[in-house]
Amino acid sequence: MNWLSSIGSAVEFLFNRTGLYALMLLELLRKLGKPPWYGRQLLLQAEEVGVQSLPVVMLTALFTGMVLALQSYIVFHRFAAESLTGLVVSMSLVRELGPVLVGLMVAGRVGASFAAELGTMRVTEQIDALWTLSTDPFRYLVTPRVLAVILMLPLLTVIADFIGIYGGYAISVFLLDQNPTVYIENTTVYMGLEDFYSGLVKACFFGLLIGVIGCTEGFNCKGGAAGVGTATTRAVVISCMSILVSDYFLTAWLFG
Amino acid sequence: MNDTTNNDLPRISIRGLSKSFGDNVVLDGVDLDIMPDKSTTVIGMSGTGKSVLIKCILGLLKPDAGEILVDGENWLTLSENEHLKRMRRIGMLFQGAALFDSLKVWENVSFALLRQDVSKKEAKERAIEVLALVGLHDIAELMPAELSGGMAKRVGLARTICHKPDIVFFDEPTTGLDPIMSDVINHLILRLHKNSGTTMLSITHDLKSAEMISDHIALLCHGRIHRIVPANELRSDKDPMLRQFVEGRAQGPFNCSHWGINIEEAIDR
Repeated sequence: MNWLSSIGSAVEFLFNRTGLYALMLLELLRKLGKPPWYGRQLLLQAEEVGVQSLPVVMLTALFTGMVLALQSYIVFHRFAAESLTGLVVSMSLVRELGPVLVGLMVAGRVGASFAAELGTMRVTEQIDALWTLSTDPFRYLVTPRVLAVILMLPLLTVIADFIGIYGGYAISVFLLDQNPTVYIENTTVYMGLEDFYSGLVKACFFGLLIGVIGCTEGFNCKGGAAGVGTATTRAVVISCMSILVSDYFLTAWLFG
Repeated sequence: MNDTTNNDLPRISIRGLSKSFGDNVVLDGVDLDIMPDKSTTVIGMSGTGKSVLIKCILGLLKPDAGEILVDGENWLTLSENEHLKRMRRIGMLFQGAALFDSLKVWENVSFALLRQDVSKKEAKERAIEVLALVGLHDIAELMPAELSGGMAKRVGLARTICHKPDIVFFDEPTTGLDPIMSDVINHLILRLHKNSGTTMLSITHDLKSAEMISDHIALLCHGRIHRIVPANELRSDKDPMLRQFVEGRAQGPFNCSHWGINIEEAIDR
């Protein structure tokens, strides 16, 4: 009956984590409306999440756009529809790949950092020390981090969208000899603002997931160095899984 | 902030404080009075709930039952914001100092001041002044990772007293330090107590430290305060449990069976 016990443990774990994340979210909403807000912490976190993530996000977007252009061109070439390459690259990036890839990159970089940093602060009593210095640890540590990632993810997504589209343009025009005017026209004519906005809505939601999951795992960390390791791994794995699963439901809701 | 200064009433009065973790009853009706301007130390074996007691008083853990009265006000009924405001009169030195890794030494020391209406310049000057009090000079710009254990503890002590609290808690202030650094920390705590008349509650295993920094010493055993004695009578007291603890004997009335240790058998082997 080991398999039954494993299923039971998995279900218990799922409910346990969902409950913890929901409580964290409720606490965040409860404390968001009242001061103190710690604006400097928010700026520091925005720099950490936004500026520091730029290189990895830009590189990922550039090569994704390039690969997408190459693959689309090969397929469209079979039925002489190469001019649609630009449209496919831009639509895929703006509606889907931009927010998802940025979300996954930031989950790996920032979600892990939130969990490790807060987890270490928990096991070394730094979070308790904040309380004894008349500072609410939640407002000082969690709120700025979650807000920063919610605000920065759409910005990173916009940058990733443009760089990805440029990567596709560069491959199509300079390597595959496509007409640049046709490429740009096909990209802009068929793409509406709603395509762009839907990507940003997804990015905001993914930001919320990364922030809440990373901070919950770190804030509730137990058990010394091993506990910090477990919290960090959980933060990354659960964030990535949540992004991919929620992406389907968001797409169904936004375009359904 | 309540500025009651009646020296006949306890500054902190703990009544029937209980705390369990699952089936493990850690505190089982603790009663303890800490008088104003006095230094009290709670001693006891590892795992008897000394740290839990301090965490309950500070609001870091929620007790299952009991009252914690500070100048007559029950802190357990305070809202979170009210509790945080009361913490301005509290200082706490953690066992591992608990310095904030991402902040410079002076920012750590003046952390509480920077959260109040004190300018950055004034806060830094006060931090440097308090660091000098604990014998640390020219380290204000260092990061905590650059400090030795003894220095970190002294920076922690500086942070504890920087905002001039009137109640200070010490969690194992000398644990992990060499005898000379322990003596330095004890003298600093003693000086703080004598100069500012701060009410203090410490928990420690270090009996030398307890005798040096305390007016009274309380023995926590089986979840309750078993005995309180004046610090200078610690070694002459006849209580069998206190004697066993002071003499550091494995055999005696302390029940070690709940750790699965059969003392007689262990000694025979």
